[in-house]
Amino acid sequence: VGMTLGEKILATASSRSSVLPGEIVTCDIDLLMLHEITGPLAVQVFEEMGFKKVWRSEKVAVIFDHNIPPSDVNSAQQMKFMRSFVQKQRIERFYDIGRGGIAHQILVQEGLAKPGSIVVGADSHTCTAGAVGALAVGVGSTEAAAILGTGKMWFKVPSTIRIEVTGEVKEPITSKDVILEVIGRIGASGALYKAVEFSGEAVSKMSIGARMPLTNMAVEMGAKTGLIEPDEVTYKHFQSLNESVEVVTSDRDAAYEQTLSFNSSEIGPKIAVPFAVGKVTNVKDAEGQRIDQAFLGSCANGRIEDLRIAARILEGRKIHSRVRLLVNPASMKVYKQAVQERLIEKLVDSGAAVCCPTCGPCLGMSQGVLAANEVCISTSNRNFVGRMGDRSSKVYLASPATVAASALAGEITDPRRFWN
Amino acid sequence: LNAIVGTVLKLGDDIDTDAIIAARYLTSMDTSSLTEHVMENFDPTFKMRLKENKIIVAGRNFGCGSSREHAPLVLKAAGVQAIVAENFARIFFRNSINIGLPALEAPNASSSFNEGDRVRIEIDRLEVRNLTKGICIGIREFSEPVLSILRAGGLVRYLKAKGKW
Repeated sequence: VGMTLGEKILATASSRSSVLPGEIVTCDIDLLMLHEITGPLAVQVFEEMGFKKVWRSEKVAVIFDHNIPPSDVNSAQQMKFMRSFVQKQRIERFYDIGRGGIAHQILVQEGLAKPGSIVVGADSHTCTAGAVGALAVGVGSTEAAAILGTGKMWFKVPSTIRIEVTGEVKEPITSKDVILEVIGRIGASGALYKAVEFSGEAVSKMSIGARMPLTNMAVEMGAKTGLIEPDEVTYKHFQSLNESVEVVTSDRDAAYEQTLSFNSSEIGPKIAVPFAVGKVTNVKDAEGQRIDQAFLGSCANGRIEDLRIAARILEGRKIHSRVRLLVNPASMKVYKQAVQERLIEKLVDSGAAVCCPTCGPCLGMSQGVLAANEVCISTSNRNFVGRMGDRSSKVYLASPATVAASALAGEITDPRRFWN
Repeated sequence: LNAIVGTVLKLGDDIDTDAIIAARYLTSMDTSSLTEHVMENFDPTFKMRLKENKIIVAGRNFGCGSSREHAPLVLKAAGVQAIVAENFARIFFRNSINIGLPALEAPNASSSFNEGDRVRIEIDRLEVRNLTKGICIGIREFSEPVLSILRAGGLVRYLKAKGKW
């Protein structure tokens, strides 16, 4: 019996010829990512465990993103603490404020996450890196500490759900609408402990940036990870970074727990309503809901593709007077490209506040916290109670196009109204 | 492992880690100082409920969302002795075991307990007994190394004793 991409990666990393779902394997980790919120706790536990030196400093990436620039003294202390660890351990893959951006964007953009490798991050959205065919999982700080010391982690080999997306996703519909549709069908815990492999014609036509929301939100249906088989698009991505990568794909006779098919031509603009990511409906059914804030950014959607589609909708128009639109490009590289493509100019002219790359608004840490009873439409990936601020505030999750259109109208709006 | 005895604090499905501890408190490196904010987004009366009831019984997908280990840490620091749920989000499950807070999967948990019921958990016998109702439900067997980590009291002690994986 053949193996899925994820099974092959786990087999290789645990020096076995094959693995089966349910088996426990101990794997060598190719890359460990820490950020400034979960990192300090991991470092404290690393020391508590009695470790002195990280197993391989070149396999550790430290990326500041959650609350940058720091909004308070505690946060500044966390970064100071991590900088000192980085220096002491001679960690070269360190992305400070202004040098990197959102960790999950950096891991892919800079080619740190490679096809066929195992990437572990002390952040739940680490699964994003599955977009380039890595097996990427989120962990907590103690698990990360153990990896810092040993370079290893145990895995229970997950069974795999295959999601096949046929057709072609055509703007203003985006991959975000596709993944919301998928989560709506599978549910918030429908893929618990499983791997989710995205495939099909629609996926192969997507850029890496468009694929990333798919794998990014795998965790929102409970999945251990999301994966996409490396293909021409993947190789071109690494070629542009002067990196050669190995070919690892799923075997044609690999065993999937189930295959679910989605026809992208039947998917319209989608929205997840408060307070669960699995509560997905058509934007049409939520139209008219007044908003106070619109947020374009996060590890789900702050990429150049996202800024382009938003700028196209906002160009030559003004956002509603009652609404503030926050834009946080996913990385400094994306920011620069958006400057070069004159997207930032269009966004600012429409009334957007363009801020630096950070996770801040998505989790109510900084740069856009919601007051009592306020409503935000957001391109991010979570809409739990109090996620972006006060516990009475509400978050709706949608695509960059829907967020831009809604910012113009002052209420939740189908982006097709502004698409010509 | 010793039996855990107490009364039940009942929660529903999909309790997320933002509900357990909001991100705005994660800038503190002193996790024990966070207990005053435990479950504050979800239920401002939670701290009162926790005074009496220290064994959480919940439904599906407990601990979904962010990987913040602060979530099980704050529950543990606030006095929670064990969490029995129909299933757990995987990162929360690992975090919980890694810090020595028993996370027990029991498929019938939700329908078998009400808030305030007296409960006795025997991990070695894989059972959770509702002393108030006089019923007993099974908990899912642990695979290795999960059980050994739990027996050691968490991953720090496990690795210190063993020296490696």
